[in-house]
Amino acid sequence: MYTDEMLESMKKVELSRKARIGQVPRRMTAEEKDILLAENHPDYIESAFTTLSVGANKGQKVPCALADLLQGKSRVLGKKIDLKKPKYESDVLIIGGGGSGASAAIEAYNAGCKVVMVTKLRIGDANTMMAEGGIQAADKENDSPATHYLDAFGGGHFTNKPELLKKLVYKAPEAIKWLNDMGVMFDKDENGVMATTPGGGTSRNRMHACADYSGAEIMRVLRDEVWNDNIEVVEFTSAIEILKDDNGNAAGAILLNMETGEVTVAKAKTVVICTGGAGRLHYQDFPTSNHYGATADGLVLAYRAGAVLRDADSIQYHPTGVAYPAQMRGALVTEKVRSIGAMLVNVNGEAFMNPLECRDVTASSIIRECRRGNGVKTPLGEAIWLDSPMIDMIHGEGYLEKKLPGMLRMYQKMGIDMRKEPILIYPTLHYQNGGVDVTADSMTTTVNNLYVAGEAAGGVHGRNRLMGNSLLDVIVFGRNAGQYAAAKAKQIPMPGKLNYNHVKDFDKECKDAGVTYKELSPKLLPNYNNIKTI
Amino acid sequence: MNEMVNIYIMGKLYSVPAELTIMNAMEYAGYKHIRGCGCRAGFCGACATIYRIAGESELKFALACQTKVENNMYIANIPYFPTQKAQYDINEIKPTEQIMMQLYPEIYSCIGCNACTKACPQNLKVMQYIAYAQRAEFAKCAEESFDCVSCGMCSNRCPAGISHRLVSLLARRLNGKYIMPKSEHLEKRVNDILNGEYLDMLEKIANKPLAEIEELYNNRDMEQK
Repeated sequence: MYTDEMLESMKKVELSRKARIGQVPRRMTAEEKDILLAENHPDYIESAFTTLSVGANKGQKVPCALADLLQGKSRVLGKKIDLKKPKYESDVLIIGGGGSGASAAIEAYNAGCKVVMVTKLRIGDANTMMAEGGIQAADKENDSPATHYLDAFGGGHFTNKPELLKKLVYKAPEAIKWLNDMGVMFDKDENGVMATTPGGGTSRNRMHACADYSGAEIMRVLRDEVWNDNIEVVEFTSAIEILKDDNGNAAGAILLNMETGEVTVAKAKTVVICTGGAGRLHYQDFPTSNHYGATADGLVLAYRAGAVLRDADSIQYHPTGVAYPAQMRGALVTEKVRSIGAMLVNVNGEAFMNPLECRDVTASSIIRECRRGNGVKTPLGEAIWLDSPMIDMIHGEGYLEKKLPGMLRMYQKMGIDMRKEPILIYPTLHYQNGGVDVTADSMTTTVNNLYVAGEAAGGVHGRNRLMGNSLLDVIVFGRNAGQYAAAKAKQIPMPGKLNYNHVKDFDKECKDAGVTYKELSPKLLPNYNNIKTI
Repeated sequence: MNEMVNIYIMGKLYSVPAELTIMNAMEYAGYKHIRGCGCRAGFCGACATIYRIAGESELKFALACQTKVENNMYIANIPYFPTQKAQYDINEIKPTEQIMMQLYPEIYSCIGCNACTKACPQNLKVMQYIAYAQRAEFAKCAEESFDCVSCGMCSNRCPAGISHRLVSLLARRLNGKYIMPKSEHLEKRVNDILNGEYLDMLEKIANKPLAEIEELYNNRDMEQK
């Protein structure tokens, strides 16, 4: 499977392996990290960002590809859309069918609300399904929400929104219990003690997991729970604009049937956006670990409706994406591989860093190591070894298979046995650190009755997220948004007349600001076929 | 690197690079997926595919995102397959001998053909886990089925109309909720938090001046291993 050049370097990795076991490469100082990030992190490449000309974040920089969508042409402009006969009417409308959408739907339903969920693919087709490593919660004796807070706040370079982060860590144990009580099979010993491991940047071992199917196990249970409840799930139907009432409050959405092209209307007392991230925008041409539908749709809808974005220029590149073989390029190699013992090793067989630094630091360090000429050459660029055979050497034979069954299978299908051979990795576009600015009640700061949860919301992770805090985020804040959206819906009447004047106004602002539309937005799906049609 | 192979997407011939997955090859050929594509990493089961190599009698089953194309491959995507979901309240049901008979009685019509196992792109022992479910051995069923991606290929091939993925999902939920040992430390921590025990400590750290928080962060004691 590997090229001769790779095999030659692999020999050096094998030679140094035994001596590396038990060694803990020193951690970088705060100052070293600052220099490393400024010189190597993709967020610092000025030309990849542009300044917004319209909307609440006018004057602020965002990735170019995101700007083209935020200031893109609405799909409803120039169309005649009858808002008088909504096809769906509910107390709460949930847009998105991933972990936060499902959690929000379950909580809103449990609060006694009529809930409609629309999702552009299937329920469960989301980044949640792909989260491998685990979910953080401070539920062990030597740990506390305060320690969890400190880890996440420092990891986020002290830019997290404190009221959100406090909620995240304080509600974390309850989130685990909520999932466990629904039947999620967390890894635990015969006495019920949760198996917890460290993650990059954590000072305690608080990563709970379900083998390396953590997100998949959580998502399939949440989905089953939604199916068991009387919640209407409308699949292959995207929301393409938010609708408002006469008072300018969110009151529904315009929907597009992805297969037939039919446009319909959903009316609701409150609206929750749970549309996830933006990996499929391939910023700076990075490959991505994200789901097919991760195209920042929710940011576009919310921004046009008047919501504020925060940290929209802060992107997480997961340090270890597949670099080789080419057909799996960008796919995630979970951080768990490092947390259970595998080191990052360069072309000469040298461990060049502590493998459990925070993600932005680790990714930048890998990029720097390759720039220094210490990377392994692949057909699509440089790469670094992740020395996976160390895992069974440390923990005993069979451990890797038990802890990383999905990863082992993925590599076996490509003809690589990661128990015996190290694997080649390079950073991959993984997570949108920022998103829509929300209050601790998950409501947008500027649009009444519009809630945002999960990756689409910003603030909780600041400018860098720790492993295991995103799965936690979708559960804690999905539930939070569902609860608050339901409580609000119970206090207010069903909206009367609907409008999308804000979309027309935004269009005018774009024209006045001299914006040339480059794309229809929201994007909905990436274009991978490169076929010119007539 | 540029070796090409011939594949037949729903019977129509396309020439595509040999190193592509079935999913990438379809896109190379010009398809834009709406159905039949999800996580693109082998977790979601959206891209279930049946194929046959020309001249061979055996049908093969794969996830399009995880499987490379081969020459003379005839490909059909199966992005959806009707299965029967039983409604239940997980708090009301228990891991009893009768529960499967009540919710998924069709599993007792299994004729033992093992077509489900042969159809599993995850190489799970599907018929075996159904047998465990029949005998109310839910922990074993859960363990054996844990890597299921819910693609539904097993149900597609089942002459008894079993919805395997949903049966095993029920078994896993019963296992996770009722059979696996309770986590005392978790229950305790949740109770303590409900009693407001950790709030002061949290507020105290969160309310410190930034310089102090930075100092604390940079000097954390790290749990080893």
